[in-house]
Amino acid sequence: MRLRLVPKQTSWDFFSKAKLTLGISGFLMVLALVSFVIQGLNYGIDFRGGTTIRTESPQPVVVADYRAAMEALELGDVSITEVFDPSFGPDENVAMVRIQAQDGEEAVTNETIQRVEEALLALDPQMTFPSVESVGPKVSGELIQTAIIAVVLAIAAVLVYIWLRFEWQFALGAVAALVHDVVLTIGIFSELQIRFDLAIIAALLTIVGYSLNDTVVVFDRVRENLRKYKKRDLKEVLNLSINETLSRTVMTSVTTLLALISLFVLGGDVIRGFVFAMIWGVIVGTYSSVFVASAILLVLGVKRDWSKPDNTAGNQFGAVDP
Amino acid sequence: MLQIEGWKRLTIWFFVAVGLLLALPNGFYTRVEQHNDAVAEMELGFDSPELQAQVAQWPTWMPSSLVNLGLDLRGGAHLLAEVETDAVYAQRMEGLWPEVRDVLRPERATVGAIRLQDGAPDELRVAIGDPSGMARAIEVVRAIARPIVTLTGVGATDIEVRAEGNQLVITLSEEERIATDERTLQQSLEIIRRRVDEAGTREPTIQRQGSDRILIQVPGIGSAQELKDIIGTTAQLSFQPVVRVTSDENEAPGVGNELSPSIDEDGIFYILERNAVVTGEELVDAQPEFDQNGAPAVGFRFNPTGARKFGQYTAENVGALFAIVLDDEVISAPRINEAIPGGSGIITGNFSLEESTSLAVLLRAGALPAPLEFLEERTIGPELGQDSIDAGRIACIVAFAAVLVFMGLSYGFFGLIANIALIVNVALIFGLLSLIGATLTLPGIAGIVLTIGMAVDANVLVFERIREELKTAKGPARAIELGYEKALSAIIDANITTFITAVILFVMGSGPVRGFAITLGLGILTSVFTAIFVTRLIIVMWFERRRPKQIEV
Repeated sequence: MRLRLVPKQTSWDFFSKAKLTLGISGFLMVLALVSFVIQGLNYGIDFRGGTTIRTESPQPVVVADYRAAMEALELGDVSITEVFDPSFGPDENVAMVRIQAQDGEEAVTNETIQRVEEALLALDPQMTFPSVESVGPKVSGELIQTAIIAVVLAIAAVLVYIWLRFEWQFALGAVAALVHDVVLTIGIFSELQIRFDLAIIAALLTIVGYSLNDTVVVFDRVRENLRKYKKRDLKEVLNLSINETLSRTVMTSVTTLLALISLFVLGGDVIRGFVFAMIWGVIVGTYSSVFVASAILLVLGVKRDWSKPDNTAGNQFGAVDP
Repeated sequence: MLQIEGWKRLTIWFFVAVGLLLALPNGFYTRVEQHNDAVAEMELGFDSPELQAQVAQWPTWMPSSLVNLGLDLRGGAHLLAEVETDAVYAQRMEGLWPEVRDVLRPERATVGAIRLQDGAPDELRVAIGDPSGMARAIEVVRAIARPIVTLTGVGATDIEVRAEGNQLVITLSEEERIATDERTLQQSLEIIRRRVDEAGTREPTIQRQGSDRILIQVPGIGSAQELKDIIGTTAQLSFQPVVRVTSDENEAPGVGNELSPSIDEDGIFYILERNAVVTGEELVDAQPEFDQNGAPAVGFRFNPTGARKFGQYTAENVGALFAIVLDDEVISAPRINEAIPGGSGIITGNFSLEESTSLAVLLRAGALPAPLEFLEERTIGPELGQDSIDAGRIACIVAFAAVLVFMGLSYGFFGLIANIALIVNVALIFGLLSLIGATLTLPGIAGIVLTIGMAVDANVLVFERIREELKTAKGPARAIELGYEKALSAIIDANITTFITAVILFVMGSGPVRGFAITLGLGILTSVFTAIFVTRLIIVMWFERRRPKQIEV
């Protein structure tokens, strides 16, 4: 007896509501962009400079008291958030204090940090500071730039690779799905105001990789079926291919999600944002490889004349066979 | 049919065995770490029963490389410093003034009175009384320019001289600036490295980043401020008169004198006047050079005040010894052969080329050549790092278990094979990480967990394909063969695209992100290897033994 998440044989029509699904995706993307423009992202110090101090104390965190203590120091924008994690014991009360970059300074000076620590210790003598991080505006500016370049470069590299291995319509479909995933991920970070730092960029690129992985597997089958069933309608071939690979798509998503969820729950609060981005990305990426990438392929149409049976095209790596 | 040649099987098992062996030390992290530390200490000449016991904790014939833990896991301090190379230009120009003055003085008849003018810090402005003598002035000043050797051009010199009205403007040439920047950075790196090493912290990372930045990561240090203090303390360099040389370390030096050991000659001590003639703060530059006889020597240059003091002292003490002292140890004690005016001179001695180079480095390394600006500072407490490791470990185990159970339920016997491959896969990742000495960071752990989830993908692709082929193909052997054959292009394409993003992350990312890129990239390589070689081999071996008429995937 096997556990089956998808029935043995499926022949679902994934494009009967193509307009609706594409519409929803488009609408969500617009929503994400609007949120991004209006609310912006809750950038971490990696991207806007400043200092974060992690505090830990047996006493409960009272954000208002912390804020009052900080305001006396006149450090400009200070944000204080309490951190919760199931792994914390009852005497572990953790908060993050973020101070904006001070005028005319690169990394926040030690004196400033000491003043902050003293002010907090006056409030609660048992407090410790497990981590202090400070990034100057010069570096943070560069980090933003590099991050953007990295994401754009990744998408472009992938576009070229798929173009070489498939056809340009496939490449466009795949890239549309990628952009969809990246935009929706940025959107949810903006909407929920989750801290957006360097690690999230890594997550974004991983999402790009994962979503692609999924899309490519579907496309690979589409290409195979296009050769096999020359007479069939493109929509039929697409549906057939997605149905054939559906079991695999779900299996892989589930195993990946199982791993990510255990990391989300048990991996500690330091990387929770990062893992959240990836979980979201896996879900969105799986959805987009079917409902965005393939739907765009359907809209664009594909060259059906594979008259020269190009036997090597799908098997350029045949030599790896043991 | 399903056949894999013997040598291929051996190769596959060989790689798996090597990978497992390399990964093994990480299973006994603390023990192997102590073993490695003890071995390192014993190589330095220390020996004690305790050290031997620690060495004995791990057999020496076993691989003992460990995965390095990043700062976010081990705790420690991270600094990104920018070297302000501009400050060096200003120093250089200041140091040049006495030399310029000395060559212009004899020409006073043609150039008139010479006066130093205020100007930008990276230029030297000299007004001359008689503008008609400008051509001559430029000529004599150009004559003091030193040729520099660059890759791009021969004939380049270190300074450029031009006229602006009645002013002579001297600046460093572009080539010299580049060379100076390079030298400044190398010196800064060298000094920082020595200071951090002296502080005795383990496995510090001191790396150059880009043209003018230095990344310093020191695990186990209390705070970034502590690290800044270590880097910021100046090593004390001084030039002191030698009273006499002795081999008795207990000899009373006398009033106003002090006893300093020689840095490289055992049993030789110098009695020095405590009052230094010149200190390292007045030294502008030191370079390995050759003396008149072609023997290696070290050339040095003082700033104006240092030059004046040094010139006066050497003029009065020809034939005497003077000592170059670094942190109370005598580097060398040459004899003064002649008066040294102009603030530059060379130190001769029985130097080999290496010695003269390292002495120049030591001299320059006395003080940081340029101020550092700290662009980024991070301190991570060791407890937070340990918490992250613990959390990461638990998450890994749970993720592992969940995926194993899920695969077993979904694919039965084949799922078990995939699970074996998954275990091999994670071991291979750790083996490779240890082998290349990569650093494991918190996002890196996330990368491994992600790989655990994604690694089964290649197997899933194959198994699903076998299932499909079973419906149509003739017999299980053919179905397995076709399954592998047809899934291959999807596996390769899918993994190459993910690998591309891992490479981009590695190239563009820094620190923890790079750690993530490494584990992700290695994870892709190992998971493709295990899926298309290891699981296939296991299935083929099983098939050969059982010859089942029917299989269920």
